Amino acid sequence: MSVLVYTENWDGSFKKLSCELISFAVKLAEEMQTDVAALSIGNVEAEELEKLGQYGVKRILTAQNGELSQFDPQTYAKAITQVADKEQASLIVMADNNTGKALAPRLSVRMKAAVASGVSHMPDTLSPFVIKTKTFSGNAFAVTELPTDVKILTIAQNSFDLKKNPAEVTVEDAGIDTSGLRPKAAVKEVEKQTDKLLLTDAEIVVSAGRGMKTPENWGPIEELASLLNGATACSRPVSDEGWRPHEEHTGQTGKIIAPNVYFAIGISGATQHLAGVSGSKYIIAINNDKEAPIFDAAQYGIVGDASRILPRLVDALKKAKSA
Amino acid sequence: MNILVCISHVPDTTTKIKFAENNTRLDTTGIQWVINPWDELSLTRALELKEKSGSGVQKVSVAHVGPSSAEPTIRKALAIGADDAYRVDVEALDSYQVAAQLAEIVKAGSFDMILCGIESSDYNGSNVGGMLAEFLDYVSVSGISHLDIEGGEILVTRELDGGREKLVVPSPFVGIVQKGIAKEPRIAAMRGIMMARKKPVHLVDATEAGPLTRVKEFEPPQPRPACKFVDPENPEQLVELLQNEAKVI
Repeated sequence: MSVLVYTENWDGSFKKLSCELISFAVKLAEEMQTDVAALSIGNVEAEELEKLGQYGVKRILTAQNGELSQFDPQTYAKAITQVADKEQASLIVMADNNTGKALAPRLSVRMKAAVASGVSHMPDTLSPFVIKTKTFSGNAFAVTELPTDVKILTIAQNSFDLKKNPAEVTVEDAGIDTSGLRPKAAVKEVEKQTDKLLLTDAEIVVSAGRGMKTPENWGPIEELASLLNGATACSRPVSDEGWRPHEEHTGQTGKIIAPNVYFAIGISGATQHLAGVSGSKYIIAINNDKEAPIFDAAQYGIVGDASRILPRLVDALKKAKSA
Repeated sequence: MNILVCISHVPDTTTKIKFAENNTRLDTTGIQWVINPWDELSLTRALELKEKSGSGVQKVSVAHVGPSSAEPTIRKALAIGADDAYRVDVEALDSYQVAAQLAEIVKAGSFDMILCGIESSDYNGSNVGGMLAEFLDYVSVSGISHLDIEGGEILVTRELDGGREKLVVPSPFVGIVQKGIAKEPRIAAMRGIMMARKKPVHLVDATEAGPLTRVKEFEPPQPRPACKFVDPENPEQLVELLQNEAKVI
């Protein structure tokens, strides 16, 4: 019985999310009185691996096999199953991001392990293992029992605080037998967004909607985001109109994000929009309609004309920053 | 080439969600049911491919796991343009049970491409597509935002955290699709609705596979505290609150 955390890397680096997974797994393993190991697939320098040790993991298993250089859910599921079996893992933890969503269901069938997706709370009880999962786009939690011997949890971003807990790390080869593990799909082209802060990584997101009236009015939105070291986002009508790129669309059918602070400017807050941002810690709304549903979800709000309010907000922020 | 699109039947997103029997199940009174938005987009793209000359797509089928109450949703998919439908007559309790049933339909048929929406808008598990692929030991690609067939090759674009990749995939494969796959969901025309009445819905017996998880009850999320309003004539106060009260900037 042990906890295995799959920590994905991005071109050899871990993100805050990876550390959140470790913090969560270490805490859970303590409660379960068992050990934690992290699994890292791909080329990651020793120094970077040690970063994970800052959050309390003592054993890191690495797999640098060439067959695993392309992310392929079918081969990865087979590889991770080998490691989980060897480790006698009773819990497998991964992120609830694109990667985790692609892997967890395959692992579930392979290992006959129940999955809880989008976990944002510690388990209610360990025996039986009962945990809350997000359902109905954030409108309810399903209190779910996972009765299988092996369980898989995918963890929602920004749900667990980082907890420094430095440990001496040992790094071992995961010993994956890669014979027969060759991806059947071939990658033709890779396009990476390296120049700007990713929406899903941003701690602060400044998002705007149709209330901005025209795409020419985005100047202060971008300025606000850059002052706050945040990313820009938008509502669906705005991306449908082509005012902003599709990558910025947050909402049920767009990106689902959970930043620390989410500014919703000129966004009324339809259910579909809130479904994508309800995990945000603070929602700040600026809208000229005081009946707009966004104010029900917001902690701070201003009822008024964004084009008049934004320049003053930008000035106030500049002043606050230089103070 | 034959395409199977898996469709889920979900409450319309604007429906107010309520629970019944001590919060142990969804209260279905007054719910408007629709095709899961991502599944509807998958179906739209499958039909576009069928119409594209040289794509080699001959048939588009849909599959649903659930009781007869989902018939209107299945008929809608047929009215939009699917050629036939499969329904497994069982009330599945989790995504594992759904995927196990779908796998039997795929094994008994002859499908080259199976499309699933990235998640259902009700349970948000994002699991059925990947589970189905593993039951079949097929290649799966998740987060597909573009799908095409060119010169006999299946080309997909998948969205990753921080970029995208174009891949050539073999068939059969399971494609798990997200936004971008089709512009707008196709709407059924009167002629389609008339024709849908005559299209076959194959009723499939359920396999023994049961669920792996058990939902004990539903819980509402913690209510958010009431919104604190800042005077629009004094927006500077917002910066101060964020700095000193929320301490987030």
